[in-house]
Amino acid sequence: MSGKMTVVEGSYAVAHSVKVCRPNVISAYPITPQTHIVEDLSQFMADGKIPNCEYINVESEFSALSTLVGASATGARTYSSTSSQGLELMHEVLFNASGMRLPIVMTVVNRAVSAPISIWNDHQDSISQRDTGWIQLYAENIQEMSDMTAQSFKIAEDKDVMLPAMVCMDGFILSHVFEPVILLEQELTDEFLPTYDPEHVLDTRNPLSFGTFADPSTYTEFRYLQQKGMDVALGKIEKAAEDFKTIFGRYYGGLIEPYMAEDAEILLMAMGSVVGTIKDVIDKARSQGIKVGLIKVRTFRPFPVEVIRSAVSNAAIVVTLDKNISIGLNEGALFTEVKSCLYNSDINVPVMGFMLGHGGRDIPMSTIQMIIDKAAQAIKSGIKVESEYADLRGELL
Amino acid sequence: MSRLAPGHRGCAGCCDAIAANFVLEAVGDDAIIVNPTGCLEVMTTPYPESAWEVPWIHSLFENTAPVASGIEAALRALGRKGDTKVIAMGGDGATVDIGILGISGTFERGDDITYVCIDNEAYMNTGVQRSGATPFNASTSTSPPGSQSFGNSRPKKNMPAIIAAHGSPYVATTSISYPKDMMRKVKKAVDIEGATYIHTHAPCATGWRFDTSKTIEIGKLAVETALWPLYEMEDGEITSVRKVKKPKPVEEYLKAQGRFKHLFTMEGGKEEISKIQDIANWNIEHYGLL
Repeated sequence: MSGKMTVVEGSYAVAHSVKVCRPNVISAYPITPQTHIVEDLSQFMADGKIPNCEYINVESEFSALSTLVGASATGARTYSSTSSQGLELMHEVLFNASGMRLPIVMTVVNRAVSAPISIWNDHQDSISQRDTGWIQLYAENIQEMSDMTAQSFKIAEDKDVMLPAMVCMDGFILSHVFEPVILLEQELTDEFLPTYDPEHVLDTRNPLSFGTFADPSTYTEFRYLQQKGMDVALGKIEKAAEDFKTIFGRYYGGLIEPYMAEDAEILLMAMGSVVGTIKDVIDKARSQGIKVGLIKVRTFRPFPVEVIRSAVSNAAIVVTLDKNISIGLNEGALFTEVKSCLYNSDINVPVMGFMLGHGGRDIPMSTIQMIIDKAAQAIKSGIKVESEYADLRGELL
Repeated sequence: MSRLAPGHRGCAGCCDAIAANFVLEAVGDDAIIVNPTGCLEVMTTPYPESAWEVPWIHSLFENTAPVASGIEAALRALGRKGDTKVIAMGGDGATVDIGILGISGTFERGDDITYVCIDNEAYMNTGVQRSGATPFNASTSTSPPGSQSFGNSRPKKNMPAIIAAHGSPYVATTSISYPKDMMRKVKKAVDIEGATYIHTHAPCATGWRFDTSKTIEIGKLAVETALWPLYEMEDGEITSVRKVKKPKPVEEYLKAQGRFKHLFTMEGGKEEISKIQDIANWNIEHYGLL
């Protein structure tokens, strides 16, 4: 079991986790608010604290991920980190890495996407990459982020998964905040995370061809097998959380984490740091006798359909909170996907969606309270507006 | 022994296959090859087949150099570098156009790889569209001649100079029509530590519109007319030049190819040909070819 707590910045905690996971190749390009992670890793490298590792300073995020494609195919454990525009620039390589089944791990420090340019937090960047074949995990706080980083290597590199993983943390809210954290111990991490030993690598002693082209007679099966990898990942994510608990003694749920959800009539669903605020509001509401609970979604890809179905089946209403929007549908991704997984099931729970906290707009407890009030009203008199902004400033329109 | 197995889908007289064979011949078995998207990739690796008898990877169109950098870094980190050479081999579009950003990064860092540009002067895999390496006045499917145009309006981008400006220890131009010269330079490039660069001229029968038996002949004419000078640069300085004793007039090169045919029929074509002769004359002067 691990123990000692220290006060560090969220970015440092992540960099430390990466270090004790013993990466072989790190490649990154600086972008706010990801910078502190790569600066800390650069200092570790300068001080010789990451053995058997090369850090490549590249000229763009596009090359950051491209170098890792080469390195991962050669058999290296690989890591990068980015945000926002950087992630968007990587888009083409994201598909390529997952299609080639390269288990690259990348921290996405979530930030809004331009235009208008904004350095502040929302989830538009990673959500817009949801169909690229990457596992997507979202952390609530720095400790979970720190621990999730180690878990993600284990999940991604599992020989029955072999998919890259994005570990998402809210920009500034988690990346730049100092909190007491138990930094991952090297010894325990070594016990938790086996050495990466892929079945196929670029090696002149055994020549293989990587990235050949597939014509219509074979292409579909490559995609099908990626989805199979995702299906397997569902179980592996649960298992990694359990294994982590055994060794480190900390646990946050696997695919989801329910909070006062069992008897909840109003069941909120959210991802990332806003979960902490929601839990506080729930505590307050519960003390007033309001039956409200939460499903924290830790794993957005693969989307845990079955687990969510059973988690929401007893609620009177499900309310999703999204820091992203599908422009043209006027829905956040969680809303769309939760609705989608309830349709054609025997669960008949209404779902309403709120978008909030875009471009770093603060989400105070009062906004969450207002959402709970609207949900309570909807239980009584039905859903009036299916999906809307919770924090729109009408006076600016 | 050929390390690019026969049976690939290259056209008759394909310059890519010739170039790849020369590179592999020069570097031997202990090499990992990186290809961008393009003719060479498509014709050699229709899944589940592969013509490559050395380890080979294709990722995307514009990331050949960074993928090579990543492989080299991984070999070092894993303690498997030994004498293994990492060779990026890309077409002109992948090199001088869409891939130039990543190439700049690799050469600025000086990663220990060799980049070979197989320059057939247009995007052949997509149907002969112009690239930044398409020569002045060449007709391509996106630089066709017409009442307002003689073809491609700009001369070739000088990629070897751009690479040399990054501080590369070794940059050389080659031609597939000069195999010994090419293989010597490739061998030299891979043996020099750091990011080294070979830019090889590679006539494409399909795109340049000449008979498939003439690939080597056309390549020779480019050198003999001084339109493709062969030289080496070490640490930014030209250190050797293949002399052209009596340069042939550029017409001999141009008239042998369909892509320049319009210059001989259009009004004003003669003046345009003389502009191409000026390019050859500049090469003669600049590189000291005589």
